[in-house]
Amino acid sequence: MIYKTVIGLEVHVELKTKSKMFCGCSADYFGKKPNAHTCPVCLGLPGALPVPNKTAIDWCIMIGLALNCKIANFSKFDRKNYFYPDLPKGYQISQYDQPFCQKGVIALSNGKKIGITRVHMEEDTAKLTHQGDDSLIDFNRSGVPLVEIVTEPDFETAKEVVEYLKKLQQIVRYLGVSNADMEEGNMRLEPNISLRELKTQNSKLKSELPNYKVEVKNINSFRFVEKAIEYEIKRQTEILNVGKTPVQETRGWNEDKQKTVSQRIKEEANDYRYFPEPDIPPIRLSEFQISNFKSQMPELPDLKLVRFTKNYGLPRYDAEILTREKELSNYFEEAVRAGKTFEVNAKQITNVIINKKIDIENIMPAELIKCIVISKKINILDNKKLSEIINKVINENPKAVNDYKTGKVQAIGFLLGKAKQHFPKGDANQIKIALEMKLK
Amino acid sequence: MELNQLTIKNAKGGLKAKKFSSVELTKACLEQIKKHNRELNAFITITEEDALEQAKKADNLASQGQAWETKPLLGIPIALKDLFSTKGMKTTAASNVLKDYVPEYDATVVKKLKDAGAIILGKLNHDAWGHGASGENSDFGPTKNPWNKEYVPGGSSSGSAVSVASDMCIAATGTDTGGSSRQPASFCNIVGLKPTYGRVSRYGIISMASSLDSIGHITKTVEDSALFLNVTAGKDANDATTSSKPVPDYLKDLKKGIRGLKLGISRKDLENVDDEVKKPFLFAEKQLKDLGAEIIDINLKYSDYAIACYYIIQPSEVSSNLARYDGVRFGSVRQNFGEEAKRRIMLGTFTLSAGYYDAYYRKAMQVRTLIKQDFENAFKQVDAIISPVSPTLPWKLGEKINDPLKMYLSDILTVTANLAGIPGLSVPIGFSKGLPVGMQILGQQFSEAKLFQIGHAYEQTTEWHKMKPIL
Repeated sequence: MIYKTVIGLEVHVELKTKSKMFCGCSADYFGKKPNAHTCPVCLGLPGALPVPNKTAIDWCIMIGLALNCKIANFSKFDRKNYFYPDLPKGYQISQYDQPFCQKGVIALSNGKKIGITRVHMEEDTAKLTHQGDDSLIDFNRSGVPLVEIVTEPDFETAKEVVEYLKKLQQIVRYLGVSNADMEEGNMRLEPNISLRELKTQNSKLKSELPNYKVEVKNINSFRFVEKAIEYEIKRQTEILNVGKTPVQETRGWNEDKQKTVSQRIKEEANDYRYFPEPDIPPIRLSEFQISNFKSQMPELPDLKLVRFTKNYGLPRYDAEILTREKELSNYFEEAVRAGKTFEVNAKQITNVIINKKIDIENIMPAELIKCIVISKKINILDNKKLSEIINKVINENPKAVNDYKTGKVQAIGFLLGKAKQHFPKGDANQIKIALEMKLK
Repeated sequence: MELNQLTIKNAKGGLKAKKFSSVELTKACLEQIKKHNRELNAFITITEEDALEQAKKADNLASQGQAWETKPLLGIPIALKDLFSTKGMKTTAASNVLKDYVPEYDATVVKKLKDAGAIILGKLNHDAWGHGASGENSDFGPTKNPWNKEYVPGGSSSGSAVSVASDMCIAATGTDTGGSSRQPASFCNIVGLKPTYGRVSRYGIISMASSLDSIGHITKTVEDSALFLNVTAGKDANDATTSSKPVPDYLKDLKKGIRGLKLGISRKDLENVDDEVKKPFLFAEKQLKDLGAEIIDINLKYSDYAIACYYIIQPSEVSSNLARYDGVRFGSVRQNFGEEAKRRIMLGTFTLSAGYYDAYYRKAMQVRTLIKQDFENAFKQVDAIISPVSPTLPWKLGEKINDPLKMYLSDILTVTANLAGIPGLSVPIGFSKGLPVGMQILGQQFSEAKLFQIGHAYEQTTEWHKMKPIL
């Protein structure tokens, strides 16, 4: 039997706004003393009311725009009613039928387009910890702004999912709206995985969806996503092969066991009794406001990559590395500007940044240019070759090495001299640092 | 006249002229509470010591002069419906679920009243969570009507109306989700205000139905009502539904009279009103005409659907708002919810459920829009609308308690204002069978000043508001 994998994704991104979604408490909860960042609103005390955080809404719209969504002229918050100890009001303020952003699309490197169903705003829950028979609740996270990004079931492989996730992470980091760190839980994902039987290999892809789906939770790294999806494909294939249908359920990735484990079987859809949040007036956005948002969007990685290849004549591979993180791309461009007066070109800068793995936090772009100018006279050494030579010098001079290691620090001068013989024009500092690293 | 019988205006006058002190005024109120609260059951919590201490401070401030400029209620003893969160003071919602709950913070209105110099005497009884029209749904026992203690004082702000009517305090706060300030005021021969939705902050006041809740108050005169709103009204950064419309001085146009004003009456809606109520109302209509107002018949097409619409939207929101009282973090277990709260939780949970939402909640919201438009159209023809507050006189304690539908129908004339978000002022217009009757004046959104103007003009030509019950 031939199956086609069908995967849709729900991703929650926690925004790094100063304050929470509906109150003035600090939204920075990671590693903080439990229940230190709380107030009547995020504790759900009687009479407390939510006031939406404008910055969070703006950022949600920016994420939507970055994913090529349509921005709603009229949007509102809704209450999602359910009981759970981590939900102090007995409902979560979310968005149901009129989210801020809908119908977006994002392209993968193979040209495939992934549909974005919606991007909406909601609040995070408190955090439960279980200690023996006790369950503890930390409300520091209660009410932290969350943006939920839902895709169409357009993914067919784990690789596609991972590429999309990396892209999404890159985008929100570019926008500066979230750290999107999976280990810290500010980017969480839930893939829905199912398999569709294909009559022949050429069957139309856009036929009906399978009559079940399996949601996988508890995935906190890109590596786990891949493994969890691969595992599910294998598991579901085996079930389908014996003529059965996998159970519709929520499973969790268990890294120790290297498999997904059933968490909760959904017998029927939960009835969340959504209704418009009466405590928050609807949000109206004029075309003018929306176009204003658009004009304020920073340059996103895809466009930046194209521009880098075009304007600086860089190979795609180099441009990709330089644009992976906004900070590095900014660093590069600043260096290019600084380099102009010294006739250091973009290609040279790229080579130095990529090959020498420059520490951009500690070397200012202007300093880098200075180094490059000097190195035209003094060679900046190739790391690999340098490393070979240093190994050689260390092997050939065991006594000096031993002296150094037993505390005679000046012995390094001897070793440096030996190494320098191989690189008469090389930068002594660079060689010394490399030596010290090796001898550590 | 005893000090506790004074209005805010007169009490202020006396305090300013140093005829008496705030301590004396506060003591007079506390005396009256001690004398009659056991029987009337208006207060849940009395904070005597704290009140006297505050009164002393007020007297000190008053002696320094100037304080009156910024503290319009300096030294005036008032009481709060027990839905208003008070920092460090028990706030029970008149329910066993919260019988020991002490808030960490003051509601915005409480803070404003304190800042204005008001003395808080304690917390008032009401139908638990605001659910009721008779005061009988309180877990702390029913409040009695001071005009006849076998009768209900109306609800849900039962204690607010009774404490003011029996001169236990000078004024009291109330809430009005479907008539809860106006109706008990009319049952007790005093003045009740339901402001425009969004005029007064709801922050810190235990929510009943968020899209309908208005924060009102109960006073002895219309002028006092205006004075009180001057303190409580305004935008609150903690309540996203408050309006940033500037707050006028509500006392400014109070004495303008009503000559030439057009007042609308929906005759169709009078058909549901008992004769004992209709008679005084029609007489009041004549008095308003004599004062120079023009009476115009209007047609509120959708008013027949108001009760049905209200009793879908309100329980829906109630069911969600009461979800937080799960006994996990504060309060006691859910089993302590009373019958009426349970009824509304079930009703609301049902009407919001998948498959029923469209037929009930969505439909009701559509009807609500029509009712709103009804009023908008009416206000193109008239300056305000007048109607009785309640279709019946106050009823006997226990008479309707086992017939919730009958109880719900007593809201028939008041819920429209909540659905439309417009203000309403209830004023005394006489007695039938020894029981008070009230009239409400409804205006377009943010027209409170006009309502005061009409109410005050009427009040000046009548003596009803001066009548006191024999306790």
